[in-house]
Amino acid sequence: MLDNNQLLRFTTAGSVDDGKSTLIGRLLYDSKSIFEDQLQAIENTSKKKGHEGVDLALFTDGLRDEREQGITIDVAYRYFTTPKRKFIIADTPGHIQYTRNMVTGASTANAAIILVDARHGVIEQTKRHSFIASLLQIPHVIVCINKMDLVDYSEGAYNKVIEQFEEFSSKMLVKDVRFIPISALNGDNVVNRSENMDWYQGAPLLHTLETMHISSDINKVDTRFPVQTVLRPQSEEHRDYRGYAGRVASGIIRVGDEITALPSGFTSKIKSIDTFDESLDEAYAPMSVSITLEDDIDIGRGDMIVRTKNQPETSQDIEVMLCWLHNNPAKPRAKYTIKHTSNDQKAMIKEVIYKYDINTLDREKEDKQLNMNDIAKVKIRTTKPVMVDPYRENRTTGSLILVDDTTNETVAAGMII
Amino acid sequence: MSKYYLNYLDELESEAIFVLREVWAQFDNPVILFSGGKDSIVVAHLAKKAFHPSKIPFPLMHVDTGHNFPETIKFRDDTIKNLGVQLIVGSVQESIDQGRVAEEKGKNATRNALQITTLLDAIEYNKIDCAIGGGRRDEEKARAKERFFSHRDDFGQWDPKNQRPELWNIFNGKHFEGEHFRAFPISNWTEMDVWNYIKRENIAIPSLYFAHEREVVWRQDSWIPNSEFLILEDHEEIVTKKIRFRTLGDITITGGIESDADTLEKIADEVSSMRKTERGNRSDDKRSESAMEDRKRQGYF
Repeated sequence: MLDNNQLLRFTTAGSVDDGKSTLIGRLLYDSKSIFEDQLQAIENTSKKKGHEGVDLALFTDGLRDEREQGITIDVAYRYFTTPKRKFIIADTPGHIQYTRNMVTGASTANAAIILVDARHGVIEQTKRHSFIASLLQIPHVIVCINKMDLVDYSEGAYNKVIEQFEEFSSKMLVKDVRFIPISALNGDNVVNRSENMDWYQGAPLLHTLETMHISSDINKVDTRFPVQTVLRPQSEEHRDYRGYAGRVASGIIRVGDEITALPSGFTSKIKSIDTFDESLDEAYAPMSVSITLEDDIDIGRGDMIVRTKNQPETSQDIEVMLCWLHNNPAKPRAKYTIKHTSNDQKAMIKEVIYKYDINTLDREKEDKQLNMNDIAKVKIRTTKPVMVDPYRENRTTGSLILVDDTTNETVAAGMII
Repeated sequence: MSKYYLNYLDELESEAIFVLREVWAQFDNPVILFSGGKDSIVVAHLAKKAFHPSKIPFPLMHVDTGHNFPETIKFRDDTIKNLGVQLIVGSVQESIDQGRVAEEKGKNATRNALQITTLLDAIEYNKIDCAIGGGRRDEEKARAKERFFSHRDDFGQWDPKNQRPELWNIFNGKHFEGEHFRAFPISNWTEMDVWNYIKRENIAIPSLYFAHEREVVWRQDSWIPNSEFLILEDHEEIVTKKIRFRTLGDITITGGIESDADTLEKIADEVSSMRKTERGNRSDDKRSESAMEDRKRQGYF
């Protein structure tokens, strides 16, 4: 592996019937990421179950209940490496009631693979997956038209799916959509170029994943540095050191930059940017560093250091696209803890503006109850100002979660509008 | 043109440092679970980086089964001295002496499962609210479902079907009295990533990972080291082989592989051409298809 190889995180959406597990199994198998003992275990199980050949889908089974029921319950993470990149797959269940898992898997992804069965074309589930990918602002979407072997590798079937997809996706905000005809079962266009589809001029899936440009996926313009903790070593050598530890959320920080600490509004200049190994002239997302300032001002966890000339919005009233994740529905006007970057505070859902019908993508204005898997536009009021950017411009400072204080559980994920 | 992106190892390092700092910020009394194995060594190294120029602001904790490689204990003590941190030891022998657990019987008896009680007792006794581990999702199928911040109830149990969703990089460590969390900063690392990182950072690791001559016996498809705890079967024979270990657990259950890899470069090369998973030589995982899941549910690492 080369030193400048990047990490690409992608998520896969599609039901068992679409061949999602088979596709992941195929990627891992053909890229030689499955080990002999794992393969042996799968072969044994395939035989026990009376399957013909090796059932690659078994590779993605995790928990005992999942093996027994033959379904995926929770997000599982898979890893593979090629000479060009390291990949992390967030393997999420595609069934309707697991919208929350899809949202979870999509939240950190650079790319989403959406599987469509070539025989059935774009169905409601495809729309739902695409909608979530668009909502979560996944920069790259790859629509894999699978089971091409079952439609005689027909170019017509492939074009029909593209047409259907483009018809409904015109309303969505996905910047980069690609289409690849594949057969996960037989391996056509997954790792190796298919010999059955001469009419397809594009690259196979793996090559697409290896070469897509992802350096621009992170916002490099708006400098945001949420402070995680303050480093104050009690040692002789570093007696006066006061470092603000955090991970650059977006943009670039340089020594000498004029900065403002929010929400206090105090200003100073960057004195140094330190890591264990060295002091740097500049740091960029997603680097973890420690920053010192020219002036001694009061900054702590939950505060944000930004360039004075480019500041986020500071507000107590925010509009958010909320995905409800918990079995217990949202309680009207109840207080929740809002977690936004390193900042925790109390918040209240003031109003549900509308809810999406996830099947038709219509806006529903009458039904205001938020149940598990619901996606809604809401107004939230916080007890103190939060420093926010729109999610479409900044996935870190534009995202938040809500925690129910009576159970401590994460109940909702929000994207700031 | 200057590049404004991180390579995969730098990104994994930055992510782990972010997680470690979140643990420190969100919990009152965290510890790093330190076994002396490569993964916990990497976690300790990352913690050193995360809090520099401060020292690591919390202790290391070792669950001592008493069935150790002597090399591991020496390495542990040297590490503690170098980092200048406190060491907490939970002793399985003490748990046995106090009647909290009973020793397994038979030829394949191990103290592996007994560690669960000792670990949970030590967490309770020391009022630890977050135990940081070196678990990786690529190790095993139950671990593939782990969160970075993983909730444990007041019995120390994991409920894999009821985990808190983890979105973006926002970690929810809120918990009630008596509950605790496990945190896994290197969740997204693979075995290869760990070796490439150890090589790049030139991190000291126990000599057991390097190829060396050792007395061993062939058992369950791997070379089990001779030790005072080994009970030889009639057909078994002790031989001397040049071996190394891919993972380090108890001396009674950790099998070695034949190898000539005696430098970090050679180990990394060897690992990249391996066709078997590293835990394939761990008899604790071979007991059943869900051996790891079952132990994890009860409170295992």
